[in-house]
Amino acid sequence: MNILDPQGPIAAADKQILIDSIAIMLAIVLPTIAAIFGFAWFFRASSTRAFHWPDWQYSGRLELVVWSIPALTIILLGGVAWIGSHQLDPAKPVAGIGQGVTIQVVSLDWKWLFIYPDQRIASVNTLTVPVGAPLHFQLTSASVMNVFFVPQLGSMIYTMNDMVTRLELRADQVGNYLGLSAHFSGDGFPDMLFDVHVVSAPDFASFASNTVESDRVLNGDSYRQELLKQSVPKDKTVYRLDDPELFMAIATQKIPPGPGPQEAANIGAGNVR
Amino acid sequence: MAVAAVASARGYDPHLIGLEDVSHDGPASKRIIAGYGFWIFILSDMVMFSCFFAAFAVLSGQTAGGPTGAELFNLRNVAIETAFLLCSSFACGMASIAAEVRYQLWFQVAMVVTCLLGIGFLIIEFHEFADLIARGAGPSRSAFLSSFFALVGCHGAHVSAGILWLLTMMAQVFAKGFRADILRRFLCFALFWHALDIIWVAIFSVVYLLGSAA
Amino acid sequence: MFGKLTLAAIPLSQPIPLVTGAVVLVVILAVLAWVVIAGHLPYLWREWITSVDHKRIGVMYILLASVMLLRGFADAIMMRAQQALAFHSNGFLPPEHYNQIFSAHGTIMIFFVAMPFVIGLMNLVVPLQLGVRDVAFPTLNSVGFWLTATGALLVNVSLVVGEFARTGWLPYPPLSELTYSPGVGVDYYTWSLEISGIGTLVAGINLVTTVLKIRTRGMTYMRMPIFCWTTLASNLLIIAAFPILTATLAMLILDRYLGFHFFTNEAGGNVMMFMNLIWAWGHPEVYILVLPAFGVYSEVVSTFSGKPLFGYRSMVLATMAICVISFMVWLHHFFTMGAGPDVNAIFGIASMIIAVPTGVKIYNWLFTMFGGRIRFTTPMMWSIGFMVTFIIGGLTGVLVAVPPADFLLHNSLFLVAHFHNVIIGGVLFGAFAGYTYWFPKAFGFRLHEGWGKAAFWFWLIGFYVAFVPLYAVGFLGMTRRMQHYDIAAWTPWLHLASIGAVLILIGIICQIMQLVVSIRHREALRDVTGDPWDGRSLEWATASPPPVFNFAFMPDVTGEDAYWTMKRRAREEGAKEPNYQAIEMPRNSPTGFVCAFFATVMGFALIWHIWWMVIAALIGAYATFVVFAWRDHDEYEIPAEEVARLDHANLNARRGLVTAAGSV
Repeated sequence: MNILDPQGPIAAADKQILIDSIAIMLAIVLPTIAAIFGFAWFFRASSTRAFHWPDWQYSGRLELVVWSIPALTIILLGGVAWIGSHQLDPAKPVAGIGQGVTIQVVSLDWKWLFIYPDQRIASVNTLTVPVGAPLHFQLTSASVMNVFFVPQLGSMIYTMNDMVTRLELRADQVGNYLGLSAHFSGDGFPDMLFDVHVVSAPDFASFASNTVESDRVLNGDSYRQELLKQSVPKDKTVYRLDDPELFMAIATQKIPPGPGPQEAANIGAGNVR
Repeated sequence: MAVAAVASARGYDPHLIGLEDVSHDGPASKRIIAGYGFWIFILSDMVMFSCFFAAFAVLSGQTAGGPTGAELFNLRNVAIETAFLLCSSFACGMASIAAEVRYQLWFQVAMVVTCLLGIGFLIIEFHEFADLIARGAGPSRSAFLSSFFALVGCHGAHVSAGILWLLTMMAQVFAKGFRADILRRFLCFALFWHALDIIWVAIFSVVYLLGSAA
Repeated sequence: MFGKLTLAAIPLSQPIPLVTGAVVLVVILAVLAWVVIAGHLPYLWREWITSVDHKRIGVMYILLASVMLLRGFADAIMMRAQQALAFHSNGFLPPEHYNQIFSAHGTIMIFFVAMPFVIGLMNLVVPLQLGVRDVAFPTLNSVGFWLTATGALLVNVSLVVGEFARTGWLPYPPLSELTYSPGVGVDYYTWSLEISGIGTLVAGINLVTTVLKIRTRGMTYMRMPIFCWTTLASNLLIIAAFPILTATLAMLILDRYLGFHFFTNEAGGNVMMFMNLIWAWGHPEVYILVLPAFGVYSEVVSTFSGKPLFGYRSMVLATMAICVISFMVWLHHFFTMGAGPDVNAIFGIASMIIAVPTGVKIYNWLFTMFGGRIRFTTPMMWSIGFMVTFIIGGLTGVLVAVPPADFLLHNSLFLVAHFHNVIIGGVLFGAFAGYTYWFPKAFGFRLHEGWGKAAFWFWLIGFYVAFVPLYAVGFLGMTRRMQHYDIAAWTPWLHLASIGAVLILIGIICQIMQLVVSIRHREALRDVTGDPWDGRSLEWATASPPPVFNFAFMPDVTGEDAYWTMKRRAREEGAKEPNYQAIEMPRNSPTGFVCAFFATVMGFALIWHIWWMVIAALIGAYATFVVFAWRDHDEYEIPAEEVARLDHANLNARRGLVTAAGSV
């Protein structure tokens, strides 16, 4: 989950900006810290060498320098921020192999539901994606706010009920990664980890075709029965998607948001992994 | 004319009302300090109201399939409420002048008028709220109605607190006369009452007039 | 009869809050018993509880902050311990508890430690620095303090009666709405902060009016000590920002109590509006905290370098610039909510711009040290420690102000480390520096230097050991508020962090020892003259502690560093015998304490839906104000002879200093 080990172009670009910004700032910060130690030591009261300027309290030239150093640094960083914000806007499409995959994400209490409307499948707490293809995420929440975050693939984005947020990513290396919710959402929040399997295109195709034959069906009813209540699931179920409009029904509150705490909530560590 | 006669008889020139000696050396006078501090409080109260205005602006379209402002607002009542509040501010101004010239009777009369007009405003507003709730357009119907009730209700709550303050001031002035500290308190009350008027102007413009135009 | 309150509200089945509550209750009762039996109650009532003296109220604010620091830090130790243990395990704190603990930790530290500490310092010092007798509204000052104490009391009551919020220190909806938080926890939070928020607003109005309207003769704006400028800026922010908090929490209360739909999922509520409103308050709040700390550093660095502050005018400009810009950056708290690249970039750049005046301040302190003769007293150590630590915190702050970087770091432990870096390194170090610096002025004797330096080193090193690992684990993807986790790579860092917490604990113990030892050895540490540090501003012209009227004569000021000039002139010209006159001071009043009593009852009753109690308390509070308004004598006179006696005592002590030392 190391953000300094990106596995996709968005995460790599985010990381690059992070490193560059730190470097620019260290160029100012390190000499300043050195000066603090240096001045404090050199001008200590017990020193015999140091000169004493008891009334020196203003210098126009020094003021100019003192205002300019932070100002120039900030102008530089401001440019980085402006360009970076536009290039790395979460909703900006990412180029890749083929048309890509649309994944609809629903954050629930306390699990993640991933719906693949084009493949007619869905999965809980596991995200399987083909390598190199653009990934078009549409996100919403069935209850409270959460944040969808796969640290090694890139930017995080909020999920909110009655709203759809968008995120565009791409995974460049086959492998298994982890994602989590980065916004506290209640008692079962720490268990909202999910697996991210980045697989080759043929493997993804076979995953889709196998899953679509599953006898577990996801539609409005099974969603309400099995997923909407507050719980931390033990298994990572995969479903055949019966209702391709399910995500929009959740996002527009045609299916009302999830209920709050109930007696039957089962929460705690060790349930999931 | 009668007021001026009484005023000069008592030694206060009505032409000098409001002219304070502001000293730049050392701390300011108590009257300036009291007024200044209260102005700052009023500004902070306006910041609070502006949050409710902002919420109203954001939520004004969220009627959740329920009634809109245009369907609910009775502009005739709003006009009467506005007239009551504006007149009560005028009456409060009269009370301020009476206090400046230390005329107890006119002060109490002006305050009673202010009070009655303020209570009249509250009665109309209470009926408006009760009517809306009875029609199923209460604050829990939609976010728009929540923001309406909160904003207008907050103003009404301030008016109610103002009435309580008004009655207390009447009692104080009656019991203790126009003592310096009581006059400072009354200055603050007057500022409060006029500020509520200003907020009401904003409310009837933004909420009722703009809301009804939709 | 008692609303929702039943005996089940007491956590009989939960050992930690039960034992803690019992111990605290026993301690409180023991202290109360000792106070009453030893006959101290009349003194306490007369001299402290009903006091309207800004110096006493300032001390009480700082006392409240210190006690709450212990409570907030206990929460922190539990959090660090839990996270050190909870790898593939539930730890020792189930989620329902852990979630309350981190919520209480943040709420208490911000509202009942940091705010009272800086407000206390400003209350204690500003009238003295301005050369005047008290703040603008002394009785209101007392009301403000006691209402803050009410808020603190309510939060602590939630430990033993009911529960606290489980939402984090800011109650984001919809989690904080009734649907997902049906218990009383969020209600304890909202009412506690609504009540103490009134207290804070009152302090803000008081201090702004004081700085703008109550200064001694000749003290123009540009001759005020910088601490007074930062007080002005901070309190302007209080006046502008706290009403936003009041309004937003009121909306949440309306949602929870009366079924409104400001922030609910249903019926059109808007959670993004909560984020915007709460952070429009939240960002100015952190500048409310740090600006007075910056003021403390300006005073301390200048005094202990033996030089006037470098670049006074640009410090003023920088302070007011920070004040204004702090209102323009709030969206950086939710870059990841999806506002779009233009909005994100603009707020990111605005957030960086605030680093410019802050950087200017650091350089001005640096050049104040340049050419000085630096004495490494405890306050100076805190200041130097601050400078280094705050720069790093500022760096990480500007880093997360770059939206693409924030897209990886939002809500992570990197962020947690950043804000602790600036709040501990900035606000808390400043509070400790101010506490040590002005302690002799408030109490008449200095704090023990040895224990003070030990406390500083344990805090400084403990801070780095506790929070640098959190930066690291944030890079490893860990998000905040996790009660347990399953990533092995995070564990060693969290173990290291808990060691840091223990080091800080030792630092706190050193501070307690410092206080105990200083009280025991107070004669040896006595500040005889009122000027223990060879100070530059007017508070050092008074006795330690000052008489209730502060100055027998409000001084005539002709330049910056008014007291430094006075000392120079006194050495050259000698002192003239003054013509003492009687002084009128405001009378003490129980209004603040009684009003807060009713506020506590009302708050508790609102939380538990005991409506008749709410009405009774409201009537009681209103009656308190009417009784206060009805009093006929609001001042008392101190006769000229008494003024002369007190002033002569101090002047004699000072003459002793001058003749003994020659020229200082």
